[in-house]
Amino acid sequence: MAWPFISSMNPARDVLALSTTEADIKSVPVGGAVTLVWRGKPVFVRHRTAAEIESAVNVDLAELRDPQPDSARHKAGKAEWLVVIGVCTHLGCVPLGQKPTDPRGDFGGWFCPCHGSHYDTAGRIRKGPAPANLALPTYAFTTDTQLKIG
Amino acid sequence: MFRSALRALALLGAMAAGPAVAPALAQDHAHEAEELPHTHFHFAGLFGTVDRSAAQRGFQVYKEVCSACHSMRLLSYRNLLELGLSDAEVRAIAATVTVNDGPNDEGQMFERPGRLSDHFRSPFANDQAARAALNGALPPDLSVITKAREEGPQYVHALLTGYSDPPPGMTMGGGMNYNRYFPGNQIAMTPPLREEGQVEYADGTKATVEQMAFDVVNFLQWAAEPEMEARKRMGVKWVLFLVILGGLAYATKRKIWANVPH
Amino acid sequence: MSIGLHNSAFKNPVIRWVDSRLPIFSMMQNEYGSFPTPKNFNYFWNFGALAMINLMIMIATGIFLAMHYTPHVTMAFDSVERIMRDVNYGWLFRYVHANGASMFFIVVYIHIWRGMYYGSYKAPRELLWMIGVVIFLLMMATAFMGYVLPWGQMSFWGATVITNLFSAFPVVGDSIVTLLWGGFSVDNPTLNRFFSLHYLLPFVIFGVVFLHVAALHITGSNNPLGIDPKGPQDTVPFHPYYTAKDSVGMVVYFIVFASLVFFAPNLLGDPANYIPANPLVTPTHIVPEWYFLPYYAILRAVPDKLGGVLLMFGSILVWFILPWLDTSPVRSMRFRPIAKWFLLLWGIAFGTLMYCGGKPPEGIYVVLSRVATLYYFAWFLVILPVLGRLERPLPLPESIAKPVLRGGGPLPAGAMTKPMEKA
Repeated sequence: MAWPFISSMNPARDVLALSTTEADIKSVPVGGAVTLVWRGKPVFVRHRTAAEIESAVNVDLAELRDPQPDSARHKAGKAEWLVVIGVCTHLGCVPLGQKPTDPRGDFGGWFCPCHGSHYDTAGRIRKGPAPANLALPTYAFTTDTQLKIG
Repeated sequence: MFRSALRALALLGAMAAGPAVAPALAQDHAHEAEELPHTHFHFAGLFGTVDRSAAQRGFQVYKEVCSACHSMRLLSYRNLLELGLSDAEVRAIAATVTVNDGPNDEGQMFERPGRLSDHFRSPFANDQAARAALNGALPPDLSVITKAREEGPQYVHALLTGYSDPPPGMTMGGGMNYNRYFPGNQIAMTPPLREEGQVEYADGTKATVEQMAFDVVNFLQWAAEPEMEARKRMGVKWVLFLVILGGLAYATKRKIWANVPH
Repeated sequence: MSIGLHNSAFKNPVIRWVDSRLPIFSMMQNEYGSFPTPKNFNYFWNFGALAMINLMIMIATGIFLAMHYTPHVTMAFDSVERIMRDVNYGWLFRYVHANGASMFFIVVYIHIWRGMYYGSYKAPRELLWMIGVVIFLLMMATAFMGYVLPWGQMSFWGATVITNLFSAFPVVGDSIVTLLWGGFSVDNPTLNRFFSLHYLLPFVIFGVVFLHVAALHITGSNNPLGIDPKGPQDTVPFHPYYTAKDSVGMVVYFIVFASLVFFAPNLLGDPANYIPANPLVTPTHIVPEWYFLPYYAILRAVPDKLGGVLLMFGSILVWFILPWLDTSPVRSMRFRPIAKWFLLLWGIAFGTLMYCGGKPPEGIYVVLSRVATLYYFAWFLVILPVLGRLERPLPLPESIAKPVLRGGGPLPAGAMTKPMEKA
């Protein structure tokens, strides 16, 4: 009896239909980043430098709160492109670090101004109250520089 | 003085109402970067009113300088009548812009001159167009800007007069300007009020940078709180009435309780 | 008087006709006219009536605001500003409604403090107190959803942070949050349902307030001495004695209220809420309205997400069991020489949390929040239960009338004629 009422509060069909976003990312320079919108949330796409990839790879997994190797954070053969959902896993703020003038936190990735969570260059939580790494959206490269999210 | 009067007032409230609000007042100061210089405005204080001539000059500054980038989409041309401009003046100002209207009987959209009932025309069609034209920066809408910033009028005034060369050793981002009062000190807006005489005031007031900044703050404050004068007038009446009523209520209470030992 | 009709004492034929069939006039007379009330109330006892008035003001202004407001993400902000600019007296309604929320919390916080200080939660008023806690929770939900409606930056990000609290619960957390949002982020469906519930909940509050008052009229009011009235010499009829006293408090309350509305309408608000909501930009400091700051500070004092959320909810849920945590045989803190100071310290801890909640979560503020949170819970869970057994209370007066009747004096007429009856 109660189910139709509860169910009606869940995402409606038109909301669910808006579930894919496509973007061309070839204009993003090395070291640069772009923010896309997917399902009303920001998606961070960062074109990582060699140094940033290296610092993400050379991390002792034992010291991570949510241990994931860098290889699990990007598509195989696409280490330079990091695609994460730009929503802090603590309480949903948008971390800073996309613009060159933004603070990027102690680990060169992103810094959430709300409650002080620091993310590294693979979007992994390193310091602060957030419990998990920045979430990865379902995405695929339809061409070398064409990104399809969702 | 406006702010300090408010604080005193609220403190009074806090004392009357208990300790609950006091911390919220302290919170007011939390986000301040550099201490703002203090300017006295005519609208400050419990009885402060809009300085119409300053606000009218301020509108001229907005129209000739700020409106190249900043919208004020919540205002309509008819609102300028409340600022003391004449009907003919306001109609002339509105008619200088073209407004998209329609569809007409043939189903076509068409352009027509602005009318009193139209909203202020925005310089850009949307945020994306603004960013594309302005090197990625988005000029905020100014309709309620003095309400949307901590210590709004003081902040806007300080910002407009706070440009200078960056201190030695500070590296500026591309296209950024140094401003003492902007959080982070790097602002994308180029100094809008640069030189004396940038606008020519009809009333002969000397248009120094300081004067223009002062005038435009008067205008923006009026735009953000058009109800301010009516609000304060009504407030004075209400508080006086309540104080008298309070005296009567207390006297009544004393009389009723006079025979009850308690 | 025929059988089946209420035996009405009213003389006016119309009132008498209605009253014999539906005794609302008798009820009003019994509950608010002749209702025997302890005669030693201080001004702290004004705040229940003030809260009632405040609720009425909120409902009245809210209904008229709703006639002009548009619950849609692209129009909500502008429709609120339109109310401020173009609707006749719209600015008055909106500022009364916005500041009325703050006034409501000021009044209710003092009302709760009164209950704690004078032991109004203790037997036989446990259920009365618990109903009060329910009202407070409903108030918080209503205030939170109302704050979202203007769709400014703080509206949006406050909603985001608070709804995300539910994601802390394991397994079902994310589904709950999606259900609350009706989408994948705070968006138009969220705004719509918040508007719907914000309109509904005040009437639920009204109903629960009715239960609160009904329960109060069964047990009768507590009083500053915390001892039961022993007879008519201890009470006065509610009218005119307390209607007159409440009127004094009411006028003072309206002076404070009017000062805020007319001279500092945005003092207690956040400037960021005059910036339209932008889902892609988080303001640097997300702070809730002042009345939520203590709980926000508790949330942030705990380094663990789930722990913080549980502690935050626990900080109010613990009030439900307060009647059983307090083991002392006396109600009023006037006669508890030690507990009085510990309770005062709890008040200071609450104030400290409120202060820290508005500050960035770093350095000294984190330390302060943690100490204050620790004491907040220690007072309820350790100090109150233990102290009640150890502390030796001061001797209680024989009756309410005794300490004040020493000089002698005539009793009020109403108190003489009206026996102490249970409503």
